[in-house]
Amino acid sequence: LTHARTHVNYEVKEDVAVIRMNDPNSKVNTLSVRMQNEMIEVFDEVLANDAVQSAVLISSKPGCFIAGADINMIQACNTSEEVTKLSQEGQKMFERIEKSPKPIVAAINGSCLGGGLEFAIACQYRVATKSKKTVLGTPEVMLGLLPGAGGTQRLPKMVGIPGAFDMMLTGRNIKADKAKKMGLVHQLVDPLGPGLKSPEERTIEYLEEVAIQCARGIVHKKISLTKKKGMMQKVQDYVMGIAFVRQQIYKNVNGKVMKMSKGLYPAPLKIIESVKTGLEQGPDSGYLAEAQNFGKLAMTSESHALIGLYHGQVACKKNRFGVPERPVKNLAILGAGLMGAGIAQVTVDKGIHTVLKDTTVEGLSRGQQQVYKGLNDKIKKKAITSFERDSTLSSLTGQLDYSGFEKADMVIEAVFEDINIKHRVIKEVEAVIPPHCIFATNTSALPIKDIAAASMRPEKVIGMHYFSPVDKMQLLEIITTDKTSKDTTASAVAVGLKQGKVIIVVGDGPGFYTTRCLAPMLAEAVRVLQEGVNPKKLDALTTGFGFPVGAATLADEVGIDVAAHVAEDLGKAFGSRFGGGNVDVLKTMVERGFKGRKSGKGCYVYTPGLKSKDVNPDIDDLLEKFKLTPNPSVSSDSDVQYRLVSRFVNEAVMCLQEGILNGPVEGDIGAVFGLGFPPCLGGPFRFVDTFGADKLVEKMRRYEEVYGNHFTPCQLLLDHAKDSNKRFHK
Amino acid sequence: MKWGQPLSLTLIVFSTATRSLSTSVQLHAQVQTKSKKTLAKPGVKNIVLVEGVRTPFLLSGTTYADLMPHDLARAALQGLLHKTSLPKDAVDYIIYGTVIQEVKTSNVAREASLGAGFSDKIPSHTVTMACISSNVAMTTGVGLITAGQCDTIVAGGVEFMSDVPIRHSRKMRKTMLALNRAKTLGQRLSLIGSIRMAHLTPELPAVAEFSTAETMGHSADRLAAAFGVTRLEQDEFALRSHTLAKQAQDAGLLSDVISFKVPGRDTVAKDNGIRPSSMEQLAKLKPAFIKPHGTVTAANSSFLTDGASAVLIMSEEKALAMGYKPKAYLRPAYGTPKVLARAGLTMDDIDVFEFHEAFAGQIMANLKALDSDWFAQTYMGRKAKVGAPAMEKFNLWGGSLSLGHPFGATGCRLVTTVAHRLLKEGGQYGLVAACAAGGQGHAMVIEAYPQ
Repeated sequence: LTHARTHVNYEVKEDVAVIRMNDPNSKVNTLSVRMQNEMIEVFDEVLANDAVQSAVLISSKPGCFIAGADINMIQACNTSEEVTKLSQEGQKMFERIEKSPKPIVAAINGSCLGGGLEFAIACQYRVATKSKKTVLGTPEVMLGLLPGAGGTQRLPKMVGIPGAFDMMLTGRNIKADKAKKMGLVHQLVDPLGPGLKSPEERTIEYLEEVAIQCARGIVHKKISLTKKKGMMQKVQDYVMGIAFVRQQIYKNVNGKVMKMSKGLYPAPLKIIESVKTGLEQGPDSGYLAEAQNFGKLAMTSESHALIGLYHGQVACKKNRFGVPERPVKNLAILGAGLMGAGIAQVTVDKGIHTVLKDTTVEGLSRGQQQVYKGLNDKIKKKAITSFERDSTLSSLTGQLDYSGFEKADMVIEAVFEDINIKHRVIKEVEAVIPPHCIFATNTSALPIKDIAAASMRPEKVIGMHYFSPVDKMQLLEIITTDKTSKDTTASAVAVGLKQGKVIIVVGDGPGFYTTRCLAPMLAEAVRVLQEGVNPKKLDALTTGFGFPVGAATLADEVGIDVAAHVAEDLGKAFGSRFGGGNVDVLKTMVERGFKGRKSGKGCYVYTPGLKSKDVNPDIDDLLEKFKLTPNPSVSSDSDVQYRLVSRFVNEAVMCLQEGILNGPVEGDIGAVFGLGFPPCLGGPFRFVDTFGADKLVEKMRRYEEVYGNHFTPCQLLLDHAKDSNKRFHK
Repeated sequence: MKWGQPLSLTLIVFSTATRSLSTSVQLHAQVQTKSKKTLAKPGVKNIVLVEGVRTPFLLSGTTYADLMPHDLARAALQGLLHKTSLPKDAVDYIIYGTVIQEVKTSNVAREASLGAGFSDKIPSHTVTMACISSNVAMTTGVGLITAGQCDTIVAGGVEFMSDVPIRHSRKMRKTMLALNRAKTLGQRLSLIGSIRMAHLTPELPAVAEFSTAETMGHSADRLAAAFGVTRLEQDEFALRSHTLAKQAQDAGLLSDVISFKVPGRDTVAKDNGIRPSSMEQLAKLKPAFIKPHGTVTAANSSFLTDGASAVLIMSEEKALAMGYKPKAYLRPAYGTPKVLARAGLTMDDIDVFEFHEAFAGQIMANLKALDSDWFAQTYMGRKAKVGAPAMEKFNLWGGSLSLGHPFGATGCRLVTTVAHRLLKEGGQYGLVAACAAGGQGHAMVIEAYPQ
């Protein structure tokens, strides 16, 4: 039976078979069923061909070797046994590669991740380009999975036990030169510049030529596959040979994982278990453990949640509003504070000329220094060169006046959160900018339509809510009013995407989506404090539920003054439903100078240079003044957790009900990437699906009896509670 | 890194792949003309090359080892004076090019001209533009004549790789400068006490280009790979260069070389880097930069060279008035890719080509680029390729690979060689092209002076 192969093909160059992978339907190669079947077919032919002595495995796609296994293949399975079988098929295929009598050289250019990396490390030799796009890694853990095609077994042998744990437990990307140092690849090839073909095309050809030389070198014994071990390597091997040392490592790593994950993520533990089984009980048990653990993990809610977030993130990296009429080439930012400078920092290195304007030299200098430092830190991490820093900074203009604003395509204001100041600024700016220029306002709570009220052209006004610190937080919440034009939205999304953001586009209203969800949770947190739970305990309860940052710490980070402001504003807008803790607690704190981390004191006391923090001793008598008596029927640790979370989740669902949100996917992404909603739960909507709307409503009713309308479930949540077939995610 | 090894390193020869190509590649004529009339234009002053000389180019670390850069430049200047019998006060301006500056003689043009006995009333300045530094010295001179400020210019270039400035580390320099300002013994002792072993690590001159952090050899290897230039092609070209240079040397064609009595040493009269070898021997060398699969080796790269050059450039009127018989007209188009187009010439009209050979891989890549329609369309905005120069007209007396490449001095050698070859071979037009670090280039059309 012959059929045309579409994904894998090969060409025999004298004595070397060059196997080329290219998925015709995608920008990246994945180890799909089709790819695997054709690969096995080709491999059989190569083995059977007497003229061939060795092979080179290469991708024809610029920028991608193999990006990983096909997630859909795993999601299509209904039982863990099916997934285990998938894993075993992969293991079998790579075992054949590993034991191939004809040496196979993996020629890597671009992403070599997950199953792609497992494929490459099964080959006898690896050559990689030094291209910026070349990254190697095992990101399975971020999807709640483990490297299920031999990765947990081969990596410890290749890069050592600590190195392998580091790779598999963090899932981080490794660049080519680091990979060479670690022993993950044998040889590096420089990417080429312009020549007789496009640089990308010629670089792949060159990589192939070098890989062919290597393949021949191995056959002719000019290249040895057994690497000479250095002194350090010998010592390390000896130490790792001691069972006691290995046990200590497992224990140690296990402890670290438990501390960081609070036991909420099963994948890291299964990775440790699989590695341990292989090392302590031999490869047969090891491979079996890997396959079975892979099967188990694929069926966990955590993995479903993380995979959901992955898909959501991909969706939120697209512009559903189309291509804007004119690209933003000149961007002006008003206010060089943390936010403004942060926005400049993520803009200036994207080929956009950026103006940073402030009202004082001191403020401007601080902002410019922030941008400089951001770039300089990248040099230290070897992400850019000092020359690239300099040429990037040449696109940044710091100034105190409005000169050059006549050329601006977009202005983002990041001035103080005061409607009067915002109104003054919008008038000043509109007097100098060209007609096509978009005015974006960076606010966390003020309704955009209120700000736009001062504008002569509300169709050009839009909200762009960045999260602090801008260079670290991935989310951008874009807010449109009824009057905002589609092109304005398209343009704002395009800028955000350029800045590397994950974007949700939401409707206008007090607190939009993110702040609105956060406010009731913080109100509840204040009540919990008033009921005598101390900040450390409150933090432990929230992080124990999966929030990366505890509620008390979060309040300090956001700023107690901001929290007070938001609580008051949104309290006015939404009425008693947003009550809970007494706003005066926050106000009194602000009065006494406890504004959170920025003022050195909040719920905690912050000492510069010190990582650990103690509870602010002055807060005790303050809370004593506002003390509430807890009701024991709703005050167990678990109840406190669900009181906090249910208010968050209910508000999120209400945002969907009211049309503030476009859909549950954006709701989940916004909550996880902007507010740190537990990733293992996948966001408020997936949480409702997994936990059960009926169970959540039942809890809320119980809290409602004690606290009233703060816990009244919204209609959409009730609908879902009534009909268990109703789900936010299919 | 060993500076003594002549072939191991080439400092600043040409730029990153992309940018260097713009140089020698974009030579083209839009007007097809076969008529070999003069390029003189009414109203534009004719500028002529009267004479050109150079010291022998020596492998660094050999006979010149104990000199200083201005000594070499001085020798070239004195050679020029001797050959032209030019009165020392008849010069209006002296310009020198150099790349690695000796800090004691940073305006090497001044030190050399004073040392060569020129009047201290003649201004002299030094220019730098990597491997086309002496080209810039010449074009600066041409500019001064065109502008009517000068009539007689001496331009030249010098490079001295036997000694290069090696600095203390930044930390050490900072400590030493602070020590200068220290007032009390206590302050001094505490500064001295702060010196650590790491402070003592010296800083060598940049081997890598500052902006790209890539060494020239590494860049050449990537460039060769981008154009698919094989190791064999590079070795063949290197062998050709050495063979032709040897023939030219033996036949006495390298008449621009003056003999130079080196103080305390012998008189040198010949370049000493010309070493015709065999393909077998060349094939034995391991790649010098990209290991293990690179193609650029010590033998197919130009070597570290000491040497100086000088030319006498005058307005035609002045030269004739002083009784000189000019060798050629200079028609420079500094860094201009369309030098031929501007002159209204095509590749076919050129009788003599002299291209700077930094690396065999680089020159072969340049030739392939000239001959590629795809390259012309993609990177030069042209409809079709320029076409590669005919090899029977190309670098026939050897080149930088074999004669040597003192960075700052090569440009004058190229120009003088074209003039001499035009005289010898009876051609009318010559073309000089050279590339330099930082993605820069220089090209010049040279027209034979009617004899």
